[in-house]
Amino acid sequence: MKRKLWIVAALFLVVPGLLFTVSCAKKKVASEPGMIQEDSEAAKAAAEKAREEELARQRALEEQRLKEREAEEAKRKRIAEERARFENEDIYFEFDSATLLPMAQEILKRKAEYLKANPNLTVIIEGHCDERGTHEYNLALGDRRAKSAMQFLMDLGIPASRMVAISYGEERPVDPGHNEEAWAKNRRAHFVIQ
Amino acid sequence: MRRLNPSRGMARLLFFLLFFMGVAVTAFRGVAGAVEYIDINNPFIRKIPIAVPFFQAKPGTEVQPEIAENGAARLAETLEFTGFFKILDRAGFLEDPQRMGIEIPRIRFDSWTTVGAELLVTGGFEILDGALAVELRLYDTFKGRLLVGKRYQGARADLKKIIRRFCDDIIYALTGQHGIFTSRIAFVSNGTGNKEIYTCDFDGSDPKQLTRTKAITLSPAWSSDGDWIAYTSYLKGKPDLFIKNLKDGRSHQVTHEGLNITPAWRPFRQELAATLSFTGDQEIYLLTETGKTVKRLTHNQGIDVSPSWSPDGKKIAFVSKRAGTPQIYVQDVESNVVQRVTYYGRHNTQPAWSPAGDRIAYTSLEGGETNIFIVGIDGKEPVQLTRNAGDNESPAWSPDGNLIAFCSYREGPARIYVMTAFGTDQRRLLTLSGEQTDPAWSPRSQKD
Repeated sequence: MKRKLWIVAALFLVVPGLLFTVSCAKKKVASEPGMIQEDSEAAKAAAEKAREEELARQRALEEQRLKEREAEEAKRKRIAEERARFENEDIYFEFDSATLLPMAQEILKRKAEYLKANPNLTVIIEGHCDERGTHEYNLALGDRRAKSAMQFLMDLGIPASRMVAISYGEERPVDPGHNEEAWAKNRRAHFVIQ
Repeated sequence: MRRLNPSRGMARLLFFLLFFMGVAVTAFRGVAGAVEYIDINNPFIRKIPIAVPFFQAKPGTEVQPEIAENGAARLAETLEFTGFFKILDRAGFLEDPQRMGIEIPRIRFDSWTTVGAELLVTGGFEILDGALAVELRLYDTFKGRLLVGKRYQGARADLKKIIRRFCDDIIYALTGQHGIFTSRIAFVSNGTGNKEIYTCDFDGSDPKQLTRTKAITLSPAWSSDGDWIAYTSYLKGKPDLFIKNLKDGRSHQVTHEGLNITPAWRPFRQELAATLSFTGDQEIYLLTETGKTVKRLTHNQGIDVSPSWSPDGKKIAFVSKRAGTPQIYVQDVESNVVQRVTYYGRHNTQPAWSPAGDRIAYTSLEGGETNIFIVGIDGKEPVQLTRNAGDNESPAWSPDGNLIAFCSYREGPARIYVMTAFGTDQRRLLTLSGEQTDPAWSPRSQKD
């Protein structure tokens, strides 16, 4: 930066100097033409060189910046992907059950790793039910589902202070259908990063 | 099951007539006690044929259809709502409503008994200095006696209230209990895009939106004086309890971590039972109306939810999964002694203790169908009240114990329905935009 400033200052001094010499040239042509020519060409070459050096430096800087940005972008993308995976991967339950199935436990282990790798994140664990059974009971069942997922994560070393369990009962189905396929999708715990 | 064979029906009719002839006199002597024209505990109740001719304009008052016709029609509908009466078709009447006798001795009772009426309501009205005066009378046509006679005065807009008051007098005279005509029903509707609490009159008229939470709002519950409503709302992003005084606007909240759901007011006390899960387990607690915990009522690892008080406020019915499937239990809140009530079915929830205290209505999920059942508190003889009509849930007793409001999907979207406590006369209460669920029947209003 400092060098750049020096070059700019030099240019400021040299260019008006040149202008002055040029504007005076007509009068002085007769007396010392060769000298003036020589001085002017040397200054031009110096300025040209300085400019090229400056451009190269800027190009290098720009390239470095781009590389950094790409790396940052890639990192951000990876983080976003991990985060999306964490949030989008639900765990599923059997009817009227809050027991964690083997598949759910595998997913929860991955979630625990993610939470360990991101120690500043806190997470809402939503418990959901299918439409069968009455909505008051399902609020309680959703609470149990959220809490059994939370307990599993606690057992894997995630502090309770980083998690909140919220039951939505049957109020927020992902699939509005009235068949086993829809019900299976709706009996879930969903994870939201706060 | 509920249909009588003709000979048995005749025998009952005879018994019925003899019975009420005996007691009608006592009513006139003003002897206290139930006048059992209608035995509300009889599941084979026969509807009493009643004639409600158009009201008569008194001499000097013009016949005004909005009073004469609409008034009589409203009175008939109000009586019909109870399920006790068969309203006779006016087209068959032998008398001209504007010329007939509406008072003894001018009433020709034989022209009413001839058309099958056992009871007759006559109305006479006049406009005096712009105010409305209405005389309403209930007659026993076979006995030729006046059972109830009242004169009311008020603004024309008071006609609805006058009619409801007279209907209450009729029900009191015939059953020995007050009617439900001052009660309201709270329910949940999602017409605005969010589930909010609404209230309407007992018959579905005059619906009003009570909450504007713009969040999921559920499970309205009335206090036994009708002044408070408690409900669950996700206003703060999680299920919390909100306790609201409808008269002075006082409000309290219960916002523990986890669930704060299924409020149920204790009869005659400013206390409520509700399910909280801040310990990690869903247990029922006793709370003050300001939301402070008095004590924990259930002690069992696993779901305990949906308390409903016995009418004496000494016990709760509730849902517990302690035996592996959700079933109804009853617990004494002092001794903590618990008894299981339901044994049939693998998914029994939503207990609603009857106002008489002898039975519990509940919702049963069996074979993919959800229906309303009723069972004695001893657990004996569960009776199915709804069948073959979509899913039916959330039973709520009327304050007199004769009707049950419930939620049904029989037309597709969820709507509020009403039936008698014997499962008869199932009809839709009201239709609003969106879906309606979670009915809660208020006590009778003390002020009306």
